[in-house]
Amino acid sequence: MNKTIWIMLIIIGLLAPFVVYPVFMMKLLCFALFACAFNLLLGYTGLLSFGHAAFFGSASYITGHLVKNSGLTPELGILGGTLFAALLGYLVGSLAIRRQGIYFAMVTLALAQIVYFVALKAPFTGGEDGLQGIPRGKLFGLIDLGHVYTVGGNPLGLNLYYFVFALFCLGFWIIFRTINSPFGQVLKAIRENEPRAVSLGYKVERFKLTAFVISAALAGMAGAMKSLVFQLASLTDVSWHTSGEVVLMTLLGGVGTVLGPLVGAFTVVTLQSELSSVGSWITVIIGGIFVICVLLFRHGFVGELARLLKRSL
Amino acid sequence: MDITLQTVMSQVMLGLNNGVFYAILSLGLAVIFGLLNIVNFAHGALYMLGAYVALLGFTSLGPLLGMPDFHLNYWAALIIAPLVVGALGVVIERTMLRRLYKFDHLYGLLLTFGLALIIQGVFTNFFNVSGDPYEAKPEILNGAVNLGFMMFPKYRLWVIAISLLVCFGTWYVIERTKLGSYLRAGTENPELVKAFGVNVPLMITLTYGYGVALAAFAGVLAAPIYSVSPVMGAEMIITVFAVVVIGGMGSIMGSIVTGLLLGIVEGLTKVVYAPASSTVIFLIMVVVLLVKPAGLFGRES
Repeated sequence: MNKTIWIMLIIIGLLAPFVVYPVFMMKLLCFALFACAFNLLLGYTGLLSFGHAAFFGSASYITGHLVKNSGLTPELGILGGTLFAALLGYLVGSLAIRRQGIYFAMVTLALAQIVYFVALKAPFTGGEDGLQGIPRGKLFGLIDLGHVYTVGGNPLGLNLYYFVFALFCLGFWIIFRTINSPFGQVLKAIRENEPRAVSLGYKVERFKLTAFVISAALAGMAGAMKSLVFQLASLTDVSWHTSGEVVLMTLLGGVGTVLGPLVGAFTVVTLQSELSSVGSWITVIIGGIFVICVLLFRHGFVGELARLLKRSL
Repeated sequence: MDITLQTVMSQVMLGLNNGVFYAILSLGLAVIFGLLNIVNFAHGALYMLGAYVALLGFTSLGPLLGMPDFHLNYWAALIIAPLVVGALGVVIERTMLRRLYKFDHLYGLLLTFGLALIIQGVFTNFFNVSGDPYEAKPEILNGAVNLGFMMFPKYRLWVIAISLLVCFGTWYVIERTKLGSYLRAGTENPELVKAFGVNVPLMITLTYGYGVALAAFAGVLAAPIYSVSPVMGAEMIITVFAVVVIGGMGSIMGSIVTGLLLGIVEGLTKVVYAPASSTVIFLIMVVVLLVKPAGLFGRES
């Protein structure tokens, strides 16, 4: 894709906290990374996981626990959360890839439910209350992530923002490199025609599992970032609602497009904050968007635009 | 707690009572999956809707019609709720699902997921999440029966009996009658059945309608036992998905038997180690995936 688009996006990302409320931007980045990680699986490998909240949420708990109760620095906390999500992804992935298509979705959903039960009952998760008051801590023991600058009279938590933005860029870059590598080409081959990929001698199971672990790890990293931003890890993060939301973000933005999940996450997160006054009607609206999207708009925003421009985005 | 034969038997009965709900719901999923090739995520929401039709028919329908003394009784609800929800199912199939058959089957799952969110969201807005009691249980089903090893509530015994009747009735119609043979042929090769002059699209519509009517029927049966709440279906559907993965959706009898067995296993887990009873079905699913990935009754496609 065009280099200027990337540079523009990075500049927008760097300047955003001066224009938009930084916490909103950080929430957006967390969910965008989550959706991108999910898209690696659905969009590029053709696997619909309905349990991705398990990785997002469990990493959020682990990071919260490491930072709050074990006193680790934020980067180690995030590393711990991400590694845990990768390990969990390996376990869930090895079981789920034993079934195809629709069963794969049901297996991931059911396995994620086990994680939900554990999060509800485990001693360190705080049950219904979740893990509250997670400190942001000092990055590498030096830079205070909780520090607030005053710019033009507005308090801005820029340290945390740029840390989150850097992590997002790292995650996005990993996904982008994965998609555009020979490995990514094999994933796309599996998505298009699995029996054919098998007949060409590819160990399809191994490719699927690797993609699953990468996706789970990055979904975990997104959850870990989220626990520092909101200083909270809660049951919502591991619930099937969150799994459904990330499916919607990806679908709305455009399954199998590089920029789609960003647009989808932006749309859904904006919608949620704009419509926070309608309370639980938001579930109805999200459901409605799901239905409309599936019936009329299967390529998503970016997918439709790409068809219009006749190039891949 | 001492593990006596009595406690075991009573948990088996209570487990069977949960099992019949798993059986009816997974049966409905299997019937729908057989012909439409989609997994109906809205199944839980429609089960919940069935319970609400019964509840609202009893409490609110009379005042709404200007007849404050009118209450839809339990027996009528048992017929009307499946009809209402079945009709809604027909509308859903005709207006939405029909457009998706030519695409990937996953879109059907996503669409019905969206529908489940809408239905559940609407009810969450109007009703208490912690649930409302359904107080129209008929007189004749009050009290308990002595089974020799325990006093068992009459109503639960009725639920087990009628559910088994409906499950095996459905099995009989599909596996042993002419109508059922059309259905099975439609599952195998819809194009060929069409060529023989059978109205396959109509058959698909009615199958979906029947599948969701079964869910609503289960919802009415559940209403007097559990409190009627907007989230009752969401909790149920994920467990039923695990049941379906264990049993495989290829076989009607398989889905009934798996549902019943898992209900009993869940009951027995309460005797041995109660905290594990909410996860035991999911753990069994893990074991089945490791040992027999296609499911107990599954056919690997």
